[in-house]
Amino acid sequence: MTADLSDLYQQIIVEHNRAPRNFKQLAHPTRRAEGANPLCGDQISLEVELDGDRIADVGFQGSGCAISQASASLLTGAVQGKTKAEAEALFREVHAMLTSGPGVPVDTAKLGKVAALGGVRQFPVRVKCASLPWHTLRAALAAAAEPVSTE
Amino acid sequence: MTTTARPGLDVARLRAEFPILATTMRGQPLVYLDNAATSQKPRQVIEAVRRYYTTQNANVHRGVYALSEQATAAYEGVREKARAFVNARAAHEIIFVRGTTEAVNLVASSWGRTNLRAGDEILVSAMEHHSNIVPWQMVCDAMGASLRVIPMNQRGELVLEEFERLLQGPVKLVAVAHISNSLGTINPVAELARLAHARGVLVLVDGAQGAPHVPVDVQALGADFYTVSGHKMYGPTGIGLLYGRQELLDTMPPYQGGGDMIKSVTFARTTFADPPARFEAGTPHIAGSISLGAAIDYLHGLDREAIEAHEQDLLEYATASLAEIPGVRFVGTAARKAAVVSFVLEGVHAHDVGTIVDQDGVAIRTGHHCAQPVMDFFGVPATARASFACYNTREEVDVLVAAVHKVRKVFA
Repeated sequence: MTADLSDLYQQIIVEHNRAPRNFKQLAHPTRRAEGANPLCGDQISLEVELDGDRIADVGFQGSGCAISQASASLLTGAVQGKTKAEAEALFREVHAMLTSGPGVPVDTAKLGKVAALGGVRQFPVRVKCASLPWHTLRAALAAAAEPVSTE
Repeated sequence: MTTTARPGLDVARLRAEFPILATTMRGQPLVYLDNAATSQKPRQVIEAVRRYYTTQNANVHRGVYALSEQATAAYEGVREKARAFVNARAAHEIIFVRGTTEAVNLVASSWGRTNLRAGDEILVSAMEHHSNIVPWQMVCDAMGASLRVIPMNQRGELVLEEFERLLQGPVKLVAVAHISNSLGTINPVAELARLAHARGVLVLVDGAQGAPHVPVDVQALGADFYTVSGHKMYGPTGIGLLYGRQELLDTMPPYQGGGDMIKSVTFARTTFADPPARFEAGTPHIAGSISLGAAIDYLHGLDREAIEAHEQDLLEYATASLAEIPGVRFVGTAARKAAVVSFVLEGVHAHDVGTIVDQDGVAIRTGHHCAQPVMDFFGVPATARASFACYNTREEVDVLVAAVHKVRKVFA
């Protein structure tokens, strides 16, 4: 495997794709958003349960490539327990990492496990796969405050 | 690269005519297996573009000077070449368009808005490309007509009994692919047309994948309309053909208004030119038409039978080789297929397959191939698709197969 390819498909990415965390529907979601990449067919449905300003629980369902699935799985682990403002700050960090040049160092202290998505930078056409769940989270958090129907 | 070929076909010589095949991708020789998306171009076509702009460029049908006359003669000369290419009765049955998408839109809009009434039906097949679905949906919505779907079986073959049953309805036109871009199925177009015509129903054949790979005879097929994409048959992008039977074209209103499509214009009234000019408003893609003519000449110069046999050999070899990889499942296994191999790899999304094989210089298409209903039918979000052209080789299939083995290792 080339260096670029092993950066993209790091073990943590492959593992999260195989066994995604929080791949579930929430019992009491307060926010929900759908995300899709019409060109690739990646789709994700993301649910958040807010406790005041804090993300008490988050789950996703959907289908897509390993990058989009692993990114969604890593996202759910990373934003659990965060406030909306903290989640927004992490979105900005992830977005900056995904759109930065390959030489720019990745801030693993800020990003934690999510830093594993850094290898996507060498594959411009795959950046949207990694960013889809994060945009979907942002849409969910920005949505109107009324609870979504679970019907 | 060494090449194996069937007797009578010198694939190495063929490859030498396509400059891009000598390039490298990510440090590896380019293995181009996305021909159903667009084919590569031989020197003859590239040279025709250069020659046109270097020595022939003038607007057509306008100037009284020699250069314009020459450009017009070259442009109209291609119309005659195209007539012969699809065996139309007359050159004025050939309309230059941007591509198959515009060709279908032209018919849906011009013929559809004139002839469809509320309650009428249009039939499309379950394996159509979006470009042979959406224009019909749009005109059906506008006219109160309905779109019905000819079903297919699990191999990706149309169910003729269902087609005959659907024809009992108030059907006005059937729009069907000659060859499916996502499955490779070669549809029995002549049989479909015979059944449709027996009920007075018109037939449009989407020839985007047909024209590059099988000889086209619109009269033998019984096509009332046939669409051709230049860039899928070794020609340039941005140019294609619509064949329409003269009696139909004569009754159809213009698709777009503008210069070159009129007999006379006053502010009170405009009378339209006869076909084909009626449907070619504005300055056409002259360089595109002329280099499409070079592509037609190029195809004529090939031994089409030997090419067909070579592409069938690649299809069989690729199918057999990929079948040996654990977890590979084919999507589209019709008895009559063109050299298109769509497959899924268990547990791995097609996009990941595409990214990994690209590291070895292999270009395949991954995704829904602009045929989302086909993906839904087979219950897959996407497939990986290798599609072959005359210049591909068994060695290239081997590179693809080795690369797919690597995909499995990454996800092991």
